[in-house]
This record gives sequence, C-alpha cells and structure tokens, in this order.
Amino acid sequence: MTPFPASSMIVGAIFLLCVATTVAGALIAALTARIIRSVCGLAICCIGLAGLFYFLHSPFLALMEILIYVGAVCVTIVFAVMLAEPDEPVRDENPRSALLWGSLALVVSAAIFWGLWRLGAAQDWTAPASRVSDGSISAIGRSLLTTYSMAFELISLALVVAIIGALAIARTGRTKP
Amino acid sequence: MTPVPLPERPDLYFTVAALLLAIGVFGLLRRRTLIGMLISGELIFSAASLNLMAFNRFRAPDPAVGQIFVLFIMGLAAAEIAIALSIIIAVYRNYRSVKTRELSELNG
Repeated sequence: MTPFPASSMIVGAIFLLCVATTVAGALIAALTARIIRSVCGLAICCIGLAGLFYFLHSPFLALMEILIYVGAVCVTIVFAVMLAEPDEPVRDENPRSALLWGSLALVVSAAIFWGLWRLGAAQDWTAPASRVSDGSISAIGRSLLTTYSMAFELISLALVVAIIGALAIARTGRTKP
Repeated sequence: MTPVPLPERPDLYFTVAALLLAIGVFGLLRRRTLIGMLISGELIFSAASLNLMAFNRFRAPDPAVGQIFVLFIMGLAAAEIAIALSIIIAVYRNYRSVKTRELSELNG
C-alpha cells in the first residue's frame, strides 16, 4: 500500500498550524488590554493545544481539553467578566514604572524560556524499550477503575467541595432586595 | 537516514511548552486585574499539561499514566477556576473593583 503523495508534508503543515494556533492564542491571552479578548485568546490556545494532544496519540485528551477548557472554563470566565467589568486600567500609573515592570517581566519570562529550551534541546530523548499498554481509551478506563480509583474518587470529592465552596463564597455580601 | 517527521520530534513539544510557560509568567507579572492573572495561570497549567503529555508519548513505558495525570490536572484546574472566580466576584461586591492596585487594605 503506497501512502498518499506528500502526506508527510501535509501532516507537518497541520502540526505547524496547531503550534502556531497555540502560541498565537497564548500571546493574545497575555498581551491584549481588554479581558474579553484575553478570554478568546485562551480559547484559541486551548483549541491549538487539543490539536497537539491529538498529535501526541491521545484523541481522548484532545476532546477533554476542548470540553473542559473551551466549553467550561472560558464560559465561566466570560460570566465573571460580565459580572465584574475587569478591564485593564487605562493609564493610572506613570509610564516609567510601567515600562520598568514590563521590561522586568519580559526579562524573567525570556530567562525561563531560554533555560527550558536549552534543557529540552540538549538531551537525547530516546523512546523506552518496551510499553506495557497501548494508551488507548480502554486502557485509560481500566487504569482509572483499578490503579487510580482512589485518586479518581478524590478528584470527584475535590470538585464537589469546590462547587459548594464557590456557592458559599459568592453568596456572602449579596445585598438583600 | 530519513529525517524525523515534525510531529515525532519531542524537542518541538518541549519548546512550545516552555513558550507557554514563559508567556504565562509574563502575563502573571504584567496583568493588573485578578481575572487577567487567572487567565495567565491557566496558560501555565496548559504548559504543564503539554509537557507531561510529551513525556508520556516519548518516554513513559505506560502511555495511559500521563493521560490520566493530565485529566486530573484538568479537573483540578476546573475546580480552581470555580473557587477563584467566586472569590473575584465576592471581592468585586465588597470593593467595586478587581484591580490589584486597589486591593491593598492589608498594606500597612
């Protein structure tokens, strides 16, 4: 069976598109002044990240990324934006200190990126000799219900506590009609 | 020797994850509202997830473990978002603002 001509180039182009979507979404999320655009940038970044998860042989996590991040987290942040009007203050600090803090943040993040990039590029990442499972959805489900059942239950408990706590915290301070 | 195709190169995934972490830290230092900082924190969560998934794909003997780990990260991120947004809404009710510069009551 001969492969489709130039299929590897097409796959590489789609991979680069996913990388570009992720990085562009992250840049939009971190740099725009309006918070609602920042939330949209986070959604774009998560869609690109789902594509990268698909390339990492995990379609299950790609689906979960879109469901949880784009479908739940971004929508919840949009609700909070509607309730709290949190746009960035226009110019209430002097531009010199803003420039100082901006350049400091840029230096810190560039140092983090440079160090991690050096670390990742210097090593030789060889594959392990043998694999004990194929990483399919059925293998994930079997592990979740046997080895990781305790952690699974604890996550559900943490979610319940978080929901009840969120309701209790957001309820205080509400003025009676 | 044929060149390794792009999606099979682990260093590309590590570079993207490092870039996400750097952008998240930059936003966390630069943002002046609570929700903006929360979004930058989500970017850092995404960097950690991508890093774990890349290691899971290229290094781990059991590929199911990393996927379960990232699934747990997503669940905890959802719980964290719910708590943080409710705190932000409570802060907004009390102070009429979510700018970090104005939330300085404990600043003696």
